[in-house]
Amino acid sequence: MFADFDFDVILRSLPYLFYDGMTFTLTLTVLATIGGIFFGTLLALMRLSGIAPLALLAAGYVNLMRSVPLVLMIFWFYFLVPYIGQWITGGSRPIQVGAFISSLVTFTLFEAAYFGEIMRAGIQSISRGQVSAAQALGMTYPQTMGYIVLPQAFRNMVPVLLTQTIILFQDTSLVYVLSITDFLGAASKVAQRDGRLVEMYLFAAAVYFVISFAASQGVRWLQSRTAIVR
Amino acid sequence: MNYNWNWAVFFQTSPDGVHTYLATLILGTGWTLATALAAWCMALALGSIVGVIRTTPHPWLVRLGNAYVELFRDIPLLVQMFLWYFVLPELLPADLGDWLKQLPNASFYTAVVALGFYTSARVAEQVRAGIQSLAGGQRMAALALGLTLPQAYGYVLLPLAYRIILPPLTSEFLNVIKNSAVALTIGLMELTARARAMQELTFQVFEAFTAATVIYIVINIAVTFAMRWVEHRVAVPGLIGTAPQAVSH
Repeated sequence: MFADFDFDVILRSLPYLFYDGMTFTLTLTVLATIGGIFFGTLLALMRLSGIAPLALLAAGYVNLMRSVPLVLMIFWFYFLVPYIGQWITGGSRPIQVGAFISSLVTFTLFEAAYFGEIMRAGIQSISRGQVSAAQALGMTYPQTMGYIVLPQAFRNMVPVLLTQTIILFQDTSLVYVLSITDFLGAASKVAQRDGRLVEMYLFAAAVYFVISFAASQGVRWLQSRTAIVR
Repeated sequence: MNYNWNWAVFFQTSPDGVHTYLATLILGTGWTLATALAAWCMALALGSIVGVIRTTPHPWLVRLGNAYVELFRDIPLLVQMFLWYFVLPELLPADLGDWLKQLPNASFYTAVVALGFYTSARVAEQVRAGIQSLAGGQRMAALALGLTLPQAYGYVLLPLAYRIILPPLTSEFLNVIKNSAVALTIGLMELTARARAMQELTFQVFEAFTAATVIYIVINIAVTFAMRWVEHRVAVPGLIGTAPQAVSH
């Protein structure tokens, strides 16, 4: 069973796993989170704007993204992004984009739907009196949102946004379907090269578990802290 | 956009010589639904047990349940699939491992087990939240009437809790359907895998993925409507979430 468990293959591949693989995974997670929160906030503002076409457009986008598997969306964007690039730059042929850009666009746009719903709940949790007071002070709509509503909404939603980021961190492993060298991709490549599937996949699982577990405990701690403040 | 649209591609015969591409997508939908339904039954059963033991008055059972949930929640689904598919047969005794590897439809069974355990942790979390959202008096009253703890759960706590958590359970069920696409990595020919295969064989990328997307959306809408009907049927009269007409009869 574990008699020929080879720890050496893990040790030997550590630099590759973490320097190549984990760097990709974490960079993708952080950038997609920032982009996802940015576009998600825009989607939430559109849905709550009261302007019917904007609200419908945003709702349609969110519902589309939420009814389709992430794996399918990864494939979609992998083929679609070159055409979008061509459309934006006005070039004559589809633009070749790297694996990183392609997956960054995918995760940003996909997670924007989820972050958007979180932000919408956050904005709706702010009492209407805040908006009325801001308007009574003569603030414009962008000022009301930017100085009064969004800062409070963000603060209320930080634990949920972070939990979603942990889910995003786990979801980035799905770029495996594009043969990209993220953390799992790196582990999988070593596993297949050296015929050490058991060692590499168990190690990968352990690393994902430790990071996600530590992060979710951190979120719980943060949640208890912010709960006292309010 | 210089892309050659060709919607007629769905009616061409796929390389298996029997089915059109449209038929292969429908077959894939069948595998997606079969995987999702089987995994969902497993997740409901396991998740209910784990969710219940996390609300019992026994600290060790609670800890065990918490550990279970953390274990299956903190490892990506894809990695869990690989563990069940590639690692488990190697860790078992040689005979058993070989039998597992040669099982017909091995990727289907593996996908069901992996998805079932993964989803059961999420169901357990909902069941726990549902039971804990009930007024404490429900449990005390049940026990005071002389019901045993299992009876209190079976007759009082769970029937109420399940009704309360029906909406989040619906979204978990939708998640199982979507997550079944991850099983394409272990070779299950479900809907996304069929669309991917069609794209590789015909180069009609966007037609193939559009078809798969539409099918997923239709499934989503159907499930949402069906669950809304179920919610209405089982609603507890008198709760805020219940429509007034349900109270009148």
